[in-house]
Formats: sequence, structure tokens, C-alpha cells
Amino acid sequence: MSTRTAFSPGTVPLRGAAPTDLQARALRDLGRTGRWRPAEALFWLAALASFFFLPDQHLLLTEVVILGLFALSLDLVLGYAGIVSLGHGAFFGLGAYVAGLVSIHLTGEPLTGLLLGGLAAGVLGFATAPLLLLRASDLTRLMVTLGIAMLLYEAANKAAWLTGGADGLQGVWIDPLFGRFEFDLFGTTAYGYALAVTFLLFLIARRIVTSPYGLSLRAIRDNALRANTIGVPVGRRLVAIYTLSALYAGIAGALLAQTTMFVSLDVLAFHRSADVLLVLVLGGVGYLYGGLIGAIVFKLLQDVFSTITPEYWMFWIGLVLVVIVLIGRDRINAAPLALWHRIRGGAK
Amino acid sequence: MSTATTTTRDPALMLTILIDGIAYGMLLFVLASGLAVTLGLMNFINLAHGAFALMGGYATALLMNRAGLPFLATLPFAFLVPALIGAVAERTLYVRLYRRPHLDQVLFSIGLVFMAVTAADWLFGSQQQLITLPAWLQGRFELAGVAIGRYRAFLILVCAALVVGLQFVLTRTRFGARLRAAVDDQRAARGLGINVGVIFASTFAVGSGLAGLGGALGVEILGMDPTFPLKFMVYFLIVVTVGGTAGLTGPFLAALIIGVADVAGKYYAPELGAFMIYLLMIVILILRPQGLIAR
Repeated sequence: MSTRTAFSPGTVPLRGAAPTDLQARALRDLGRTGRWRPAEALFWLAALASFFFLPDQHLLLTEVVILGLFALSLDLVLGYAGIVSLGHGAFFGLGAYVAGLVSIHLTGEPLTGLLLGGLAAGVLGFATAPLLLLRASDLTRLMVTLGIAMLLYEAANKAAWLTGGADGLQGVWIDPLFGRFEFDLFGTTAYGYALAVTFLLFLIARRIVTSPYGLSLRAIRDNALRANTIGVPVGRRLVAIYTLSALYAGIAGALLAQTTMFVSLDVLAFHRSADVLLVLVLGGVGYLYGGLIGAIVFKLLQDVFSTITPEYWMFWIGLVLVVIVLIGRDRINAAPLALWHRIRGGAK
Repeated sequence: MSTATTTTRDPALMLTILIDGIAYGMLLFVLASGLAVTLGLMNFINLAHGAFALMGGYATALLMNRAGLPFLATLPFAFLVPALIGAVAERTLYVRLYRRPHLDQVLFSIGLVFMAVTAADWLFGSQQQLITLPAWLQGRFELAGVAIGRYRAFLILVCAALVVGLQFVLTRTRFGARLRAAVDDQRAARGLGINVGVIFASTFAVGSGLAGLGGALGVEILGMDPTFPLKFMVYFLIVVTVGGTAGLTGPFLAALIIGVADVAGKYYAPELGAFMIYLLMIVILILRPQGLIAR
């Protein structure tokens, strides 16, 4: 991996070289990992094509994209910083509620609601991130993230005067996007909007994780102690990425509130946090596309399972989780590549 | 308003609430004691612990309502059924995951919870399972002017006996010593000829059985429906994380604190709901990240 050559004793042969050479080499390596691959372009072209060629599916596709963005936000902390969170739904839900409330009390302009929803979640992320640094134990982190999500759920449930409690937030209305594109019943504007926002946020996330900062995150994930000894400010880095991830999750929640024009307690429920973990794992952790691909697979699975047993599709989702873990996540994620190599090997 | 001020100052009522809270806390401890060992001592994140409690609760409810067995006679089944299933699950499934990353353990056990919840729903319907306690456990009695529910007193006695028994087994018996050795250093324990696999499997089975027993005892005061494992998962986890991973004393203290706080909170500040518990957990974890009693 290029991380190795950039930071480890692998650079020792260059001992005599001037520091500028080292810098140039590091930059070149970074540039190489940051370069766009043909498959990536293909992925986004397919996404764009789906907007024009699948007009009947826009409602479903909007859900997929929002779930994908939410999973992408989790990938930033789980895949790149190694933080296991069971409460990511807190940020998603907060973003949704803030976006809904903004449309009722402030303005129906979508971008304002989107920004404020994301910001509110980001602030919550920034405020709660220090709790994750208490002790580098997965269990404490799990409990703190879960606890915050539960707290928020209870708060939204009890503050019925603000959130509508169990009845949900009534009267959310979103004005046309840029004053021109009305949010229609077929979800066309909604899908275009969600897709554009997701693509933009993806570009930013991609830039971040391929930067030296992103490399330092991976160093922390692989070994926080060693990262610390080579001078990576572990605490500050984790707070920063957690805040960013919370912001992303908040924007995903705001998108959901705006495109469905409804917010209920369901956005803060525990199953959101569990589902998004499953989505990310289905697609693969730690390469940014996992969340988006996982969201497609998850929605397809959900569709298939609901047609078999409408009430009990959760059972099959649970079974999928158990089977994935028993087979091994690495093996499943490596399977497509192995298959590809086998096909190419056979063709030779 | 006037009733609220009089009730808050009524010492007899406060004692009643305290005793209710202690009974609730002790029940929580019995439910979570298995988790205190697997999660606390063995460091295995098992979110599916509540599924075994569900089995116990359903065993008791179904045996009472469909087979007409008396309450006490169903309790052995409430222990044995989940214990057997726990032993099988440990040997076939859990054993593969002890060395895996925590994320895998979380995913795997959430999957099991989802399956258990929907399976119970499919098999027995989504309604609450209700039982009728025998007459001698119903109602209240007065002790020095303090009203105590008979069932609460029964819970305290049974759970206290279990707590003492567990602590004795863990600290004073050969099995307990072997378990502690296996948990502290598996390789060294194996080297000394301890069969770690059997120790873990039997511990897991007993822990699952105790969860089942807790579920059965809790049908009356916690309620029992298919979503039980999800609803109480957080409570079990809180007991273990707040208690700390040094042994059973910490989780026991934590269970008592949470039991009393929950009952008192629901009585004096019902508008806060479960808010109290989560807040308490986060505060305790900020002050003592390693739990109340750290290793």
C-alpha cells in the first residue's frame, strides 16, 4: 500500500535524497491513490442514467440514495477511523427533525433546511465526539453512541409540543428547488436533488480520505498507539472525522425529511442505526462505495423478502447478517475481485 | 400538586419505592449476569442476550397458559430450555466469533436478535404474554408500616439467593477458579490442562439459563412480548458497562442503581421516562470510563 511507502521505514533507501524528493514521492503516491478509476466513472454514469431511464423508480431510488449517503457517513468513521457506532441514527434523526422544523417555522427553501439539518447534526457530533475518546474500548464507544441515540429518541418522544411526539411532525412543506423545480409526486425532483447532493458530498469525502489527513485516519484505525508515536494527533483527528460524519448523516436525514415531507419518531429508532450498519457491511467497509452499493443491495433484499413474508422480512435480514459474519466479511468483499481474476485467468 | 408534595415527603412510600427498585434491580442483575461473564469477563459483545430471556419468559407463559402448570413448576423449564439452546448455540456459532473483531460480534448478534424477535412473533403472535401469579404471590403485606408487594419480596429473596450462589461459584469453587483462569489467559489455562471450550460452553449455557429464569420471573413486572430482546438490550448492556468488567460485584451494584433510579424516576418524574437511565449511564461512563469497579 502506498501508505506504507509514505510513512514506514520503506522510505529508508531514499536516506540520501533531499526532503523535497521525499515530498515529491509522497505527493505522487497520494496522487496515484486519488486518481479516478474507470469503474468509478461507470458507477456514477449508471447513477445518472438511472435518473433518465428509470422514471418509474424515482421514489425508490431516492430512498436508496439517501440510505446510501447515510451509510457513506458511517463508513467515514467505521471504515476509515475504526469507530464502531450503534447510534449513528441520532445524527440522521436530528438532521431530519431540524430540516422539518426549519420548513415549518423558518423557510420552505430546501437548501437552507439541508444546511441547517447538517449543521445541527455536526454540532451534536462535535459535542459528543470527546466522549468517544474516554477509553479506546469498542464497548464504551458502543454504549455511549447507543446511549446518545436513545436519549435523543426519548427527547423527541417527550417534546411533543415541538416534534409532534409519536404522531410525527405535521405540516412539513418544501418550496420548489431554486424556485423552479417543484417536488412532484413521482419523486423526479427529489431523486435529482438527492443524487446531486450525494454526489457532491461523495466528491468531498473522496478528496478527504485520499488526502494525507485520510491516510492519518487509517493509521489510527490500524494502530492508534503507533499513529500517536509518529506524531498523529489521534484525539483531534477522531473528533474531526466524527463531526464530519455526523454532518453527512444529518444531511442524509434532512434529505429524507424534505423528499418525503414528513418526519416521525421512526427516524431516531434503534433499527435505523442497526440497518445502516448492515447496509455498510453488505457493500463493504472502507472504500466509500460500500454504503452506496450496500444501499442498493439492501433495498433489493428488503423488496424480495417483503414479497415472500411481508410481516417477517426482519427475520431474513437477521439471517443475512448472521450468514455474512459466519462466512466472513473479508471473503465476501473479496469475492467479486476473485471472480474477476478467475474469469480473466480463464480467458488467458 | 398537593398530592405530589405529600407523596414525595412520605417516608413509607419512599421505602416502598426503594424496595420496588431493589427488586427490579435484582431482577435486572439475574437477567444480565450471563452477559456480565460473556461480555464483561470474556469481552465478547453479545447483543442477543435478551433472546434467551425471551425463551425463558415464553417457556413459563406458555407452560402456564397452555399446559396448566403452576408458576413455580415452570421455572426449571425457563432455565433449562434457554440453557440447552445456549449451549448448542455456543458450540456451533458463538465459538467461531470469540476471536473476531467487535464489529463482527455486533453484526452477528444483532442478526440473531432480529431473527429471535420475528420468530417469536411468527410462532406465538405479537401480543403480550400474560400470566396469573399464584394467590400467595399476589397483593401486598405491611412491614413496620411499609407496604411491600409479595411478588417483589419473593423476587428479592430468589434473586439474592442466586446472587450469593453465583458469587460463591465464581470465587470459591474449582469451576470458578478455572473460569477466571480461562478468561484471564486462555493459552496459559490450556497449558495447565483446563478444557477451556467446555468451561466457556457451560458458562454460556448457565448464563443463558439465568437470563431465561430472569425472563420468566420478569413476565409479571417487565412484560413479555416478541420485542423484549430489543427493548431490554440496552438495560443489560448498561448493567455490564456501568458495572465494569472486574467480576460480578460491579454489575450487581449497577443493576441496583439502575433499578432504583428507573422505578423512582418513573414515579417522581414520569415525564422524563427512560431519559434518566440513559443520562445516568452516560454520566457514570464519563466519570468512570472503566465502569464502577474496574479490573
